Amino acid sequence: MGMPTLFQEVHVKIKVDAEKCQGHSRCYSLAPELVDVDDLGNAFELNGGEVPEGLEDKAHLIIDNCPEFAIEIVEA
Amino acid sequence: MTDTTDAPTDQVADATDERCPVHDLATDYDIFDPGYVRDPVPAWAELREACPIAHTERYGGSWLPTRYDDIQAMAKMVPVLSSVSPIVINLPDELTNDDHTGYNAAAPISADPPIQTWTRRLLLPHFTPRAIEPLRDYAEQVCHELIDQFIDDDGCDGAVDYAQQIPPRLIARKLGVDESMVDQFIEWVRGALELGLQDPELRVRCRKAIRGFFRSEIADRRSNPKDDLITALLQSEIDGEPIPEAMVVGMCNLQLVAGIDTTWSSIGSAIWHFATHDDDRRRMATADDTLWDTAIEELLRAYSPVTMARDAIEDVEFGGVTFAKGDKILMNFPGANHDPDVFDDPDTVILDRQRNRHVAFGAGIHRCAGSNLARMEMEVSLKTWLSRIPEFTLGDPNAVTWAGGQVRGPRTLPLVFG
Repeated sequence: MGMPTLFQEVHVKIKVDAEKCQGHSRCYSLAPELVDVDDLGNAFELNGGEVPEGLEDKAHLIIDNCPEFAIEIVEA
Repeated sequence: MTDTTDAPTDQVADATDERCPVHDLATDYDIFDPGYVRDPVPAWAELREACPIAHTERYGGSWLPTRYDDIQAMAKMVPVLSSVSPIVINLPDELTNDDHTGYNAAAPISADPPIQTWTRRLLLPHFTPRAIEPLRDYAEQVCHELIDQFIDDDGCDGAVDYAQQIPPRLIARKLGVDESMVDQFIEWVRGALELGLQDPELRVRCRKAIRGFFRSEIADRRSNPKDDLITALLQSEIDGEPIPEAMVVGMCNLQLVAGIDTTWSSIGSAIWHFATHDDDRRRMATADDTLWDTAIEELLRAYSPVTMARDAIEDVEFGGVTFAKGDKILMNFPGANHDPDVFDDPDTVILDRQRNRHVAFGAGIHRCAGSNLARMEMEVSLKTWLSRIPEFTLGDPNAVTWAGGQVRGPRTLPLVFG
């Protein structure tokens, strides 16, 4: 038998709003697996925003630590 | 787990007994009141309920917001709330000139767009996480050398002997200036910002000294370019022209003033916290990197050192009050970070706090340009300290002193090892 549906990993995708981002780089310091920053410190999502399995908590962590409210889940 | 309000016996640096007592915070708060400097959290809590944008006539008059959402919104009110004079108390008119406010003073922090925009773009590439990383080994070396000097003693002054010593060495290396001048830098910066807030002549004297120092450094780099920030700024261009020298001087001034007592305040407050909270200290002594990541942000939140200021350039209504043209507004980022509408149990340090949109480094276009350097210095200084001095407590609690106003943090912090 496969895993019950209830426990299947939910597909999560994040998006950084470049207009809101002010380059705090806190997301990068907390989750360099999910985002990188450019020359001005402004963040952009890696892998087209796809959050690898097992890193969903980190995705929520960077969303909940952005002082500009610039990161959000776009698919779940 | 203890709140940040439990240090009632600490003293305040440079307190005077001649101040008029505060009877009503909403109309007469006093950012230099010894009790407020020692622990402003209860005053913010009272004001958030009673009068979330308070006013005082003290020190030339100012407004004090205490709610997170208001402070976030005000940070975006550019340029109506202007940054040309971001110090919490303006200099008297007779002492002010073009070097003291506006884009010559300390761009981008003392500028509005468009000058703020391009001066900031020049600085930011020097302060990304990757640009800061090469300084990490040097930061560790500095911390170890400082600890070497007192680890065989019974204790030390955690503010003077340690926290205060780290940021000036790092920013000196970044700027490319003589690191043996750190004591001079500390004296200038305290005079220009901390002690100078209530002593305008001292403030002007120290600002002049800093500007004179950087003018001679700039003259040197013109003939002897180096791999440092001063040279990089000198070689930068805007619209095909070099940056005016007065602005380069101001940008260097900003690095020194903003890069020193802010971070030493955060490091010192964190050490004060660990000296007074045994459980948190012992937990961090064996913490993994994941816990360190959240703990650094939490200590930044709970003990945010920096309050900036804005000046209204026209009459503007906001949150039920009217800021009149010329009014001073205090960007109370530390108070925002204790708002219970945004932070669960805001007055408790929760080292693994997950939801933490703190604004210790500000928000909006003036977000602290040096935040990644500050964060690295916090991490390295606290990790190094706890690896070598895992057990320590406050010495005489009555001997602890705090500075406040623009930058809050401990200035005397007697510690006992073991």
